[in-house]
Amino acid sequence: MGVNMDESLAITWRRIPERYRLEGSECTKCKTSYFPTRKLCPACRRKGSIATKMFSGKGTIYSFSEIYAPPAGFELEAPYTIAIVQLEEGPKITAQIVAPHPQVKIGDSVEAVFRKIQEDGQEGLIHYGFKFRLVK
Amino acid sequence: MILIVIFMAGIVGYGSYVPSFRIKPDEIAKIWGEEAERIKKGLGIQEKSVPALDEDSATMAVEAAKNALAVAGISAKKLGAVYVGSESHPYAVKPTATMVAEALGATPDLMAADLEFACKAGTAGIQICMGLVSSNMVNYGLAIGTDTSQGRPGDALEYTAGAGAAAYIIGREKSQILAQIDATYSYTSDTPDFWRRPHAEFPTHGGRFTGVPAYFKHVMSATQGLFEKTNTRASDYDYFVFHQPNGKFPLEAAKKMGIDTAKLKQGLVTPVIGNTYSAASLIGLASVLDVAKAGERILVTSFGSGAGSDSFALSVTANIENRKNGVPLAHYVAQKEYLCYGLYVKHRKKLKSL
Repeated sequence: MGVNMDESLAITWRRIPERYRLEGSECTKCKTSYFPTRKLCPACRRKGSIATKMFSGKGTIYSFSEIYAPPAGFELEAPYTIAIVQLEEGPKITAQIVAPHPQVKIGDSVEAVFRKIQEDGQEGLIHYGFKFRLVK
Repeated sequence: MILIVIFMAGIVGYGSYVPSFRIKPDEIAKIWGEEAERIKKGLGIQEKSVPALDEDSATMAVEAAKNALAVAGISAKKLGAVYVGSESHPYAVKPTATMVAEALGATPDLMAADLEFACKAGTAGIQICMGLVSSNMVNYGLAIGTDTSQGRPGDALEYTAGAGAAAYIIGREKSQILAQIDATYSYTSDTPDFWRRPHAEFPTHGGRFTGVPAYFKHVMSATQGLFEKTNTRASDYDYFVFHQPNGKFPLEAAKKMGIDTAKLKQGLVTPVIGNTYSAASLIGLASVLDVAKAGERILVTSFGSGAGSDSFALSVTANIENRKNGVPLAHYVAQKEYLCYGLYVKHRKKLKSL
């Protein structure tokens, strides 16, 4: 997610569509999906045409790790699971798996949820974004 | 019996959400040296919901609203208004409604605002949407009641203050309306039964004063006022849903009005999820709509301290049989993981150092 305490307001604001509702890109020529957003299709180059695409939020666990030594701002949530999720549209993204959940396995189905990621102290901004929930 | 259809508006989508964590009164009573059995019996509560560390009124509102959109089968882009009612908005100043609308993909072509009226801001949002929809100002309005309610450690509220959200999409297309809103009536007065001052972490309440002059006076006046306004009586309705600060008040109110308490059973969910404040009566209604059949009639009365009640008369239409996907309330009620008091304190950040 790359959210940290000193992220500028402009960067946070610019990433809202991406973080809140998984808005990425698609090359309408070769039909390849990209997340995060891209301005240029690396395959089609100047012949391609990039359009905004809303991802379904459905995917599977590609890999995961249990976090016992969290970075600053995530201490209360440890231990928690972070995973690389392969979205059904193709791209892989890194995100937290929400609690409570049973032991995560590679290949488990997940769906995106909107959660609080981090707070900039008591008076700062609250950052929201996607995490994933296991689907039975 | 003649019923005058006052509003050309109805529910076209609804959804609820309850977090997965629970705490039992036994865990809380153990800490404060109280008798758990007496509390469970006195409040009519078995357990209450607790939000995850990364959940708040905004995230729960989004979950409930996504379910409502799934049931309605409409795109978020069609929403012309979003109102979020809560007494636990994540920010004191910065709207929850904009965050919710953005997460749903409803922005920027819409009106939005946050509402607060203790436990009844969600139903106030429905009334606003009814006005906007029936006056053709918008095609669809989304009203949400959502709360992660607070209870002072050791206070009676700590046993009941839960977390949850419910979302309702109000529209006017006959082919989409799952339940027609036949009428609404509100009863409002300045009654100081419960409040929270700016910067105060926990609310203060009037103990026994929250009962007769507050909850019962307003819930019963609104309900009976609606009976009068619509020329109906208790026997005309199949289900009743009242605001449920605990498991007992709604049943007592029903008895006082001569309403068969069996009609409250489906919509009384506080005993298993706690009092979800702005969401309480609306989650109860979602529980009823999950099982309701065409032709059935429902009466809902909310209550917000301070104080007021909004009463609604609903008629379920044949469209309910074709209701689309959306997670039913029973799914959330059944999914649970219990917390001990220590973990509960961490979840609710009740320690000063958190």
